[in-house]
Amino acid sequence: MDLGSHGGFILVAYAFTALVMVALVGNAIRDRRAQLRALKGFGEDRR
Amino acid sequence: MTPSLWTRLSNPSHFMRWSGASVPWLTVLSLAVLAVGLYQTFFVVPPDYQQGETVRIMYIHVPAAWLGVFFYGAMSVSAIGSLVWRHPLADVAQRAAAPIGAAFTLICLVTGSLWGKPMWGTYWVWDARLTSMLILLLIYCGIIALWRTLEDPNRAARAVAILTLVGAVNLPIIKFSVNWWSTLHQPASILRMGGSTIDPSMLYPLLIMIGAATLGGTTLHLYAMRTEIMRRRVRTLTIREAERLDRVQPRITPQPSTGLPVGQPV
Repeated sequence: MDLGSHGGFILVAYAFTALVMVALVGNAIRDRRAQLRALKGFGEDRR
Repeated sequence: MTPSLWTRLSNPSHFMRWSGASVPWLTVLSLAVLAVGLYQTFFVVPPDYQQGETVRIMYIHVPAAWLGVFFYGAMSVSAIGSLVWRHPLADVAQRAAAPIGAAFTLICLVTGSLWGKPMWGTYWVWDARLTSMLILLLIYCGIIALWRTLEDPNRAARAVAILTLVGAVNLPIIKFSVNWWSTLHQPASILRMGGSTIDPSMLYPLLIMIGAATLGGTTLHLYAMRTEIMRRRVRTLTIREAERLDRVQPRITPQPSTGLPVGQPV
């Protein structure tokens, strides 16, 4: 599809949003895994 | 909702059970609604008669702005829960919401800036709406920093709850800034007296995107709350383990001096 003469602004806006969302979700998953590892170390495995 | 049901749902163990079951379903639902919203945004919505294709930035800018404010509102309610009832989940909810709200506020500011350059001719102006949103981002950053500064979770919870409630004064300023002052930012066009000024062909896809963002944000919040509960469990177990080790460790009593220098065989 043709996004016109300002297509660059639209693409950068969506790319930035995707980047922040991936970082947010990635950080949440990484944090969860760290807590699960720590709980496993105490002999607990609560999900 | 009856009080007993609410009490049951907000009990941490019950919360872990029902949220664990609902997060996968909510994730699938969020992604499905997002897919429909993105399809509508790029293949169904017509270009604006003045802004042309640039109006497509609105479909991420408005949901991000809504969630930036929504999560701060949720944090303010949780702050009251922390201060007045000392509810264990209130502080957990508040802590889990701050990074999500900050991320959406950042998206709102950056996408707004990228929308402003082709439409207004500038990335930034110090107008009331833009400045109050920037202040919201700074408050979020302050809250996150305060949590990391105070080691005692109870002290941190009280301090953060007070700061959150002080910062809540910014919410009506954000909402009504476009009415109270003459701003470059357009006035309210969705939630206003007399109905929305947006054409239905653009409004409904926008509402779908707002719905997708709200569902996705809520799912992420529930997920982060569960992780926060686990973090507190890890902290409790670490303290308990340290206390246990402290009890079983034999007391080191000073040995009587042999008169020889340290390191010499007796």
